[in-house]
Amino acid sequence: MAETRYTTEHEWIRLDGGVATVGISEYAQSQLGDVVYVELPEVGRKVAPGDDMAVVESVKAASEVYAPVAGEVAEVNPALADKPETINDDAEGDGWFVKLAGVDAGALGGLMDADAYRKYVETLA
Amino acid sequence: MPSADTVPAKLLRTPLHALHVELGAKMVPFAGYDMPVQYPDGILKEHLHCRAAAGLFDVSHMGQARIDGDGAIAAFEALVPGDIAALAPGRMRYTMFTNDAGGILDDLMVTARADGGLFVVLNAACKTADMKHLRAGLSGAAKATLMEDKALLALQGPAAVAVMARLAPGAEKMAFMSAAAMDVAGIGCFVSRSGYTGDDGYEISVPAARAEELARRLLGEPEVAPIGLGARDTLRLEAGLCLYGHDIDTTTSPIEAGLAWTISKRRRAEGGFPGAARIQGELASGPIRKRVGIRPEGRAPAREGTAIADGAGKPVGAVTSGGFSPTLSAPIAMGYVAAAQAAADTALALDVRGKALPARVVPMPFVPHRYHKS
Repeated sequence: MAETRYTTEHEWIRLDGGVATVGISEYAQSQLGDVVYVELPEVGRKVAPGDDMAVVESVKAASEVYAPVAGEVAEVNPALADKPETINDDAEGDGWFVKLAGVDAGALGGLMDADAYRKYVETLA
Repeated sequence: MPSADTVPAKLLRTPLHALHVELGAKMVPFAGYDMPVQYPDGILKEHLHCRAAAGLFDVSHMGQARIDGDGAIAAFEALVPGDIAALAPGRMRYTMFTNDAGGILDDLMVTARADGGLFVVLNAACKTADMKHLRAGLSGAAKATLMEDKALLALQGPAAVAVMARLAPGAEKMAFMSAAAMDVAGIGCFVSRSGYTGDDGYEISVPAARAEELARRLLGEPEVAPIGLGARDTLRLEAGLCLYGHDIDTTTSPIEAGLAWTISKRRRAEGGFPGAARIQGELASGPIRKRVGIRPEGRAPAREGTAIADGAGKPVGAVTSGGFSPTLSAPIAMGYVAAAQAAADTALALDVRGKALPARVVPMPFVPHRYHKS
């Protein structure tokens, strides 16, 4: 299984043969609380690192989800429209947001691995 | 998240602070206090529990004041549009402090005490200004005192009555919007049948020194779970109740806010409260804008500040409270719109992240009130 990398904004990304799956981290979902709505991008949209890519809304507030790397939106998670709580149940699995095509493997090099991200989250407590 | 420079260096704590932390609450700054926004169950579960059984809220940050002295009722009436003289001892009502422009300085609950004085519950963020306003505005011998040695607990939800019947026999017979001194679990309290959720329930003023003991006793009852400020907000929004500083403030009049029902025939005719000219004028000719309930289509919530347009795209107002209703499993909002757009079923468009989200005006409450009927 491909390695998962993390951003300081709490997105995760997993690259598998040029297609990257992106979501928000388990820590991010625990901080947001109950997710009630997700706004996902149009398939075909090109994103640059740091672009607003999606919006996740908990009962309390709306939060932006940023593109961790450059790519083109190839697929969005169809389950989230009717079951946004999937993000709370399985943030780093079934609760994925988008798949990005045309991702350069080198672009993930600057992101944190699971160990580094865990240490980063500890500094936020 | 609030930026660091907006958070006071030293947050105040209620007498239940240690209990909140022990229960695993997520604490946030609110009105200068370190308060529980949610417990480990989370806002959705807490909300649904309160609607199904009973929830315990710490509202000790709110101001509890007494108005005493000869002429207390007449002196207080000169500051609010509510009919205080008509309150029988042990009865309470909802009213507000108005300013000379007819805007709202704070909304409040006022109870006529058996001894001729009044008991008033004020918003936490307004209580210091309210006390100044009272001290400057009360005439004659009337005197306002903030009761800083009291905590305030709210027990809300359909099972609250069963819990109170066990711990304070007789409380189950209280009428809605009545209050009395009584023992709760052997602790001398001042109890009202009222609340801020749209459900049946009680608010319990208890000596601060015994607040934790009472809270633990209430939480020990099988129906009761602790509820944080997050669910307090979603519950009051479903009930169509105003949150001061959001849905009402110094720029909104009670009539624009849909609170004309709080002003009796006598007070409408006589006036004699700050801003009476504007309020009487709006009662006669109608306000230029009104607070309405709004149901967005689809699932996207429209938050506070969202611009509201009419069906043709012309700006007509803004959302003042908006979020997700756990009971309806759908977004709900309230806001102000031009009077011409205020009728139920009027089509509106909400500007959510640059997209025009279709919505319509609906009557409030969004979820029917279930207050106790005697």
